[in-house]
Amino acid sequence: MRVDRLEADPTLSDGGAIVDVLQKVTDALRQRCAGVTFSVFRQDTRVWVPRESLYEVLRFLQQEWGFDMLVDITCVDYLHYRGATDRFGMVYQLCNTGDNVRLTVRVMLNEPDLTIPSVTSLWEAANWLEREVFDMFGIRFECHPDLRRILLPPEFTAHPLRKDYPLQGRGERHNFTALTREGG
Amino acid sequence: MTTQQDYLWTLNFGPQHPATHTTLRLVLKLDGERVVDAVPDIGYLHSGFEKIGEHLDYNQYVTVTDRMNYVSPMANNVAWHHAVEKLLGIELTPRCKYLRVIVAELARISDHLLCVGAMGLDVGAFTFFLYGFYEREKIYDIFESLCGARFTNSYTRVGGLLHDITPVTIEQIRDFLRRLPATLSDMERLLTRNRIFMDRMQGVGVLTAHEAINRGVSGPVARASGVTRDLRKDEPYLAYNDFDFQVCCTRAGDCYARFLVRIHEIRESLKIVQQAIENLPAGPVNVGADERVGLPDKQQVYQTIEGLITHFELVMTSRGFSVPCDEVYGAVEAPNGELGFYLVGDGSNVAYRARCRPPSFINFALFPHLICGHTLSDVVAVLGSLNIIAAELDR
Repeated sequence: MRVDRLEADPTLSDGGAIVDVLQKVTDALRQRCAGVTFSVFRQDTRVWVPRESLYEVLRFLQQEWGFDMLVDITCVDYLHYRGATDRFGMVYQLCNTGDNVRLTVRVMLNEPDLTIPSVTSLWEAANWLEREVFDMFGIRFECHPDLRRILLPPEFTAHPLRKDYPLQGRGERHNFTALTREGG
Repeated sequence: MTTQQDYLWTLNFGPQHPATHTTLRLVLKLDGERVVDAVPDIGYLHSGFEKIGEHLDYNQYVTVTDRMNYVSPMANNVAWHHAVEKLLGIELTPRCKYLRVIVAELARISDHLLCVGAMGLDVGAFTFFLYGFYEREKIYDIFESLCGARFTNSYTRVGGLLHDITPVTIEQIRDFLRRLPATLSDMERLLTRNRIFMDRMQGVGVLTAHEAINRGVSGPVARASGVTRDLRKDEPYLAYNDFDFQVCCTRAGDCYARFLVRIHEIRESLKIVQQAIENLPAGPVNVGADERVGLPDKQQVYQTIEGLITHFELVMTSRGFSVPCDEVYGAVEAPNGELGFYLVGDGSNVAYRARCRPPSFINFALFPHLICGHTLSDVVAVLGSLNIIAAELDR
C-alpha cells in the first residue's frame, strides 16, 4: 500500500512524535531524490529507492537525519513470489537512536547486474552483514573492504538462500572429498 | 613485507578450545604476547536455519529458534512469535503478555548468570561459575514444570502459549525470587571487588558509545558503553509498559563494565518477574477461537461449532493461517541485544523468508577491533564479555 501522508497510531503514547519525524524525513527524501516511494504496514515505514541513488539516500539519512545505527541488512529472493516483478529485494533496517525512529530502505535488483554500493564507509556494522548477503544470495557490494564468504566455506559455489537452491542441497555433503591416512 | 612481519607469528585459536565455549575459530597474529591482528573464521555451526524457516510453518519454526541462542531459548521463542504476531496483526490477551514477560525475563536471568559465570571461569574464578550454575538449575526446573522441557522449551504459539501456568509453577517462581538475591550478593562479594578479577577486566576491550552505535551493537554490550538503548523501554512490546524497572548503563565500555551491567540487569529482571507474577491478570492465555490462529482447547473443539471449525481449518493441510502478503520486522530485547526477525508473508502458513537478526553475529564482528593491542590472555576475557553463542552466530 503506497501512501503520501503518514497517520499517527492513536494507541501509542509517543506515536505522534515518531510519525512527525518520519513525515519530515519522507518529505525531505521526496524533494532530494526522484523516484522514491513510501509505504506503511503495521507501523513500519518503508522507502523504495532506485538503485542508482541508494548510497546517496543512505548517506543523506545518516548524516542529515541522524539515522546513526544500521540494524540489519538482508535480502529477499522474489523468484516464486506472486505478482513480483523484480528478482531480489535488499532490505536496510535503519534506526535513529536519538529520536527512536526506525526506517526500512528497500532497493530492488535484477539479474544479471547484481552489484550495489557497499555502505561499510557509513556504518561499520555493514561489513559482516554484507558479507553474509554476498554469501547467501550472491549480491556483490562495490568497494567492500573484504568481500569473502562468511558462513560457508570458500570453495562453496552456490548461494543457498536463493529460491532456486533446494532445501536439501545439491549433494555438497555427499560429494565432499574425504582425506584418508593412505591417500593423503 | 615479509621482513617487516618476520617477528610475528600466527596462532590458531579454536575451533575446539575450552575457552571459546562453542565452536568458533580465531586466527591471531601475535607480536610476543601482544595481539596485532585477529581474523575470526565463523560458520562451523551453520545449519541453514533461515532456509529451514522457508519450509516450516509459523508454529513449527519455534522449535528451531530454541536452537539459536540455546542459553536462553525462551527469549528466542518470544522474539519469533512477536514478529509473527506483528505480521498477522494479532493482539494478545493480557495474561499471555504477562506470562511471556515472565519467561523472557527468567531467560534473561539464566543467560546473564551463564555469561558472568563463564567470564569468571575464563579468568580463573571457578567457584563463582558454580554459584551461577546452581541457580540456573532452578530456572530449568521452573521451565520444566511450566512446559515439560528443560532446555528446548518451544513454549510460545501463534496467538498464545502452549498452555497456562499452574499454581505449582507460580510457587516455584516465588521461591526462586526469594532465594536468588542472596546468591547474587554472594556472587558479587566473591568477584565484583576482587583485585585480580578487576585487574584482568578493567581497561580491556574498550568500546566507546559512538563506535557501539556505528557498529550496530545493542544489548548489555552497548549499554556498558553508555548507549541508553533498551527496546523494553524504547519500543515497549508485550506488557513492559506496566512494570517499574531501570535500564542499567555504565560509561567505561570495558569488560568489567559489561560484567557489572549484566549483574545489575539480573536484579532488574527479578523486579520485573516479581511485579508480573504478583499482578498476573486472570482470563484466557490464547486469543479466541474465532480469530482462527491458535488451536482451541479440546473442550471448545467438542462443544462449540467455532472451536470445531477453527480446529479443522488449522489442522487440515493446505489450510491454516491467513497471512497478509507483506513484510514486517519485529524485534525484542533478547539477553544479548536486539533479536529481530524479518518476515515475508506470502498468504500461506509458511514464511516466504524468515531472516533472523542475531545479536551475537553483530557483537562478534566487534572482536578484532576490541582485542588488537591487548595480550593473548585477554582474548578469553573479551570473548566471555561479549557472550558469543556460536549456534546463534552461525545459524
